[in-house]
Amino acid sequence: MAQGGKRVLAVASGGGHWEQLMMLRPVLIAHETTFATTDPALAARDGIDDAALLPDCNKDRPFDTVRCAIAAFRLVRRLRPHIVISTGAAPGLLCLLAAKSVGARTLWIDSVANAGALSLSGRMAVKIADECLTQWEHLASDAQPKFRGSVL
Amino acid sequence: MILLTVGTQLGFDRLVKAMDAIAPALGQDIVAQTGEGKYRPVNFTTQDTIAPAKLESLAAEAQLIVAHAGIGTVMLAQRLGKPLVVLPRRADLGEHRNDHQLATARALEDRAGIFVAENETQLVGRIETALRAGDWAARPSPTLDRLRASVAHFIDHGSL
Repeated sequence: MAQGGKRVLAVASGGGHWEQLMMLRPVLIAHETTFATTDPALAARDGIDDAALLPDCNKDRPFDTVRCAIAAFRLVRRLRPHIVISTGAAPGLLCLLAAKSVGARTLWIDSVANAGALSLSGRMAVKIADECLTQWEHLASDAQPKFRGSVL
Repeated sequence: MILLTVGTQLGFDRLVKAMDAIAPALGQDIVAQTGEGKYRPVNFTTQDTIAPAKLESLAAEAQLIVAHAGIGTVMLAQRLGKPLVVLPRRADLGEHRNDHQLATARALEDRAGIFVAENETQLVGRIETALRAGDWAARPSPTLDRLRASVAHFIDHGSL
């Protein structure tokens, strides 16, 4: 582990977002990567016992969103990552936003669940993240998001 | 055994109710994860949440998975090479915040092992087809290596 020399924060909510992040695991563990999620049981299933926990939130739950934003900023301040990557959803977006305060480079990978249009978080990520990926070729554009393959 | 799952968060009573109605005709044990749903079926027992490791082993044992069109479940079925019948959630029925499950189910319809029921009426037919199809050889996405290489490049260089 950690031969790659970059400090990476990799964030995904529970359910499908986490499953997609795990498909990228071989690449992530070549660096000094910290995983963060909303569902500790999923991380435990995959043998990651030191995952950072974030409270879940979405745009319809403003109080939880504030709590999650505070947790995201604390996490990013503590880890000082070079790179922050998220496969969604809102908690990952908040980590990308927090990453700006420590000068980290940020990558948003929109969930493969969004075949019809970019997710709401994804549309915000286009404005916030350094790079944005969609997993559906027909949703890619000349600028952002780009298409570089899919987990499905 | 059929594994019925609607994920761990939002309930999906329309699907649980439809499965309850056809359960006697299917004549199979049904193990169900029903999230925050309110409907209590009479033909099988339900659990609000099943621990992820347990869900994985139940899915491996199951002959078939019946679910909402959630990507976590789709990826579980693809990983294990299990036939999967999905009923997409609909925003107009208050089943999700938007209709992304409809769009995604349509986009995935042609994939091996995925059978889409557009409504409850189509469910039993799709289940029969899926049971006949059986397990299939799971294989990773043909573009997964490309995605991984792009992420590796981003970590090294800070751009795609």
